[in-house]
Amino acid sequence: MFTFILRRLGLLIPTFFGITLLTFGLIRMIPGDPVEVMMGERSLDPQMHAEALHRLGLDKPLYAQYFDYLSNLARGDLGQSLVTRENVWAEFTTLFPATLELALCAMLFASVVGLLAGVLAAIKRGSLFDHGVMGISLTGFSMPIFWWGLVLIMFFSVSLGWTPVSGRLDLMFDIPPDTGFMLIDAWRAEAADPEYNAGAFKDALMHLILPSIVLGTIPLAVIARMTRSSMLEVMQEDYVRTARAKGLSPARVIFVHTLRNALIPVLTVMGLQVGVLMGGAVLTETIFSWPGIGKWLIDAIGRRDYPVVQNGILIVATLVILTNFIVDILYGIANPRIRHAK
Amino acid sequence: MKTNKRILVAASLLAAANLASAAGTLIYCSEASPEGFDNAQYTGGNSFDASGHAVYNRLVEFEQGSTKLQPGLAESWTVSPDGKTYTFKLRKGVKFHTTDFFKPTRELNADDVVLTFDRMVNKNNAFRKAYPVEFPYASDTGLDANIVAVEKVDANTVRFVLKEPDADLLAKIAMPFASVLSAEYVGQLMAAGKAADINQKPVGTGPFVFKRYQKDAQIRFAANKDYWKKGAVKVDNLVFAITTDPSVRFQKMKAGECQIMSYPKPTDLAAMKTDPKMKMISSQGFNIGYLSYNTEKPLLKKKEVRQALDMAINRKAIIDAVYQGQGVEAANPIPPTLWSYNKSLKNAAFDPAKAKALLAKAGYPNGFEITLWAMPVQRPYNPNAKLMAEMIQADWAKIGVKAKITSYEWGEYLKRMKNGEHDTGLIGWTGDYASPDNFLGVLLTCEAVGGSNYARYCSKEFDQLVLAARKSNNVAERTKLYAKAQEVFKRDLPWSTIAHSTVNQPMRKEVNGFKISPFGDYTFQNVSVR
Repeated sequence: MFTFILRRLGLLIPTFFGITLLTFGLIRMIPGDPVEVMMGERSLDPQMHAEALHRLGLDKPLYAQYFDYLSNLARGDLGQSLVTRENVWAEFTTLFPATLELALCAMLFASVVGLLAGVLAAIKRGSLFDHGVMGISLTGFSMPIFWWGLVLIMFFSVSLGWTPVSGRLDLMFDIPPDTGFMLIDAWRAEAADPEYNAGAFKDALMHLILPSIVLGTIPLAVIARMTRSSMLEVMQEDYVRTARAKGLSPARVIFVHTLRNALIPVLTVMGLQVGVLMGGAVLTETIFSWPGIGKWLIDAIGRRDYPVVQNGILIVATLVILTNFIVDILYGIANPRIRHAK
Repeated sequence: MKTNKRILVAASLLAAANLASAAGTLIYCSEASPEGFDNAQYTGGNSFDASGHAVYNRLVEFEQGSTKLQPGLAESWTVSPDGKTYTFKLRKGVKFHTTDFFKPTRELNADDVVLTFDRMVNKNNAFRKAYPVEFPYASDTGLDANIVAVEKVDANTVRFVLKEPDADLLAKIAMPFASVLSAEYVGQLMAAGKAADINQKPVGTGPFVFKRYQKDAQIRFAANKDYWKKGAVKVDNLVFAITTDPSVRFQKMKAGECQIMSYPKPTDLAAMKTDPKMKMISSQGFNIGYLSYNTEKPLLKKKEVRQALDMAINRKAIIDAVYQGQGVEAANPIPPTLWSYNKSLKNAAFDPAKAKALLAKAGYPNGFEITLWAMPVQRPYNPNAKLMAEMIQADWAKIGVKAKITSYEWGEYLKRMKNGEHDTGLIGWTGDYASPDNFLGVLLTCEAVGGSNYARYCSKEFDQLVLAARKSNNVAERTKLYAKAQEVFKRDLPWSTIAHSTVNQPMRKEVNGFKISPFGDYTFQNVSVR
């Protein structure tokens, strides 16, 4: 097991370097520098331009800039935003809880509904329900997030008035972001002052519903389809037939003998969906004005805010890699054949 | 049920604020986070709205909804006969905001004004050294080079000494980048080694006191109860709800989650106009959308060619399709609302046959091939450059001119246009300050070639007129000079002027007193919610 973990860790190092090189290179391949972007249609005094580039260290040759970047990283210095002049790590940590809160809720929604729908579809294979679930999940998988979000807003928020349109909390509440997790902050504020902050927690929860559904739609579709096919495969196995033949109750056969084994590939897929969630968060956050890292990164790309783009993406990529690493290890624990494979 | 709760919360907010009159909270759905709160280092409207207009004041200010100047923190001013010295008398009794992070011990005085400007023009200024940033507008307006000194005459008098007379000085320092900082607060920040906090925690003299900012979510302000303009603040709280997508902003306004929004989508306007909960005001935009001819290209050097191309463009069709009727045909490089606008100038009538004859006369009976650049972004002066380019392409095809539409990423587009790589290109301008020089000088003089003079137009005659106007302090004389310069422009035709767009401002019916700013600013003084 130990060598297995070491081997996986060893693979992380080149991945990590690859990411730094990619983000560093890609953002610089987009034409224009931060000073030019800021000036827009206005004319740019060449002297001011040169001074600004020098101050920002952008007049050095590319390899020197890359070296500076790596040596700063090695010291744990993620640099400052060129636009807001705030520390990148500080900006990330204020915005990340919003993204994480949304991603967790979306994953919860996707897993619960996806697993349930997948299992039921597999049991009732070929039925109307099965075809319905598979059809809907295919639609969900191909749904443009932007369109889907707007449709839900128009229907549930504007026509029915059930949920708020966007944001994390009604602006009539003025709750300081202590933890950054709105559910927790609202809960605590309400507990501290039940009269003044009455309804804050429920309001925060209502704000989470639509974005979670929108962000969770694609993972939900993937999980449902994966669960179904994996269930069907396992249901063909000899040991399931044996279990049935032994006269075990159908529920026991499904949930203990079949589902547990069928879950292994589903777990991997769930791990992979973390990356998808991060990508989807960009759009979902834009639609729902959700102040998370997706919007932050998009803005930074538009403004050529190199430190934010490089290090923001690096942090997100590292999180995705770590999640997949943990899934790998769990998988290794669950399945000895993987652990010992060369 | 939801509304009940909202009223309840609003009521409890009011009770907490312990106010006699029920004034309420105004929520504005803005489209982006401010870059920061230190106006001097930015050019973006989001930063100006969130700090320049809400938190700060300037020596001289624009009247709300107008390009006219009025006294701000300066009560009065005098200009020396040579136009090189401006002396400002400061208003007395102006208080800086008291916040969690700063308690002022004195009122506004000359030190504050000196610090604000010295920082932008003097490279050895201590604050500038402690917090080194760029000052794009000070540079763009030429103030950093032209201001020799900003001096304290006495506690309430400041003198600006210029190298060259600048008739637009007042209009320039009325822009948000020249917002007056508190020297006392800056001193406190520097002593604490936190000079950069000026960009996160602003302290000004303006109508609203900064409370809290959550990036990409909201900015909260409270009314400044000690505001020097008595009665100008009509709400208790001001909240910017940052909402990127225009459709979502509209939905939020419909649902009552905000009362006023920025930049509506042109396609949503019809629905907004018919919504019983909303009202719409509109005003002519302070902008110009145009097609620039690169006058350095051999083909386009010929005036007949430019005239022929200009005559072949069907402007009316463009305004209907591209602007959805929300614009007026432009004949001049400056908007009609700006003083010195020359009413006598008209566009050549749309006439493809005559255009074809002109081309033949210029030696191109069978037309030619040419590039037509289309901006990749939506701008108030051009809501859909791609469509506009396609329409011009079709118009030109009728006179035998084959236009190849070219586009680049926005930054690259501007850079290449500034380098003169295009033959013809769509572009435009929104005025920064209310002076014809901000259009004519910035976009068409020889010194602006390589900068914003995308036509690379360089005429001695035109330059002399504009430069003479820049130095004169006599408005009647300047008006004459600018009117003449517009004639020269129209005769030489370095651009095909297309349109001045109309600005539409939707808001909920309970909002009163809001005026559209010609500069696209959102100012909430004198605005109330019922």
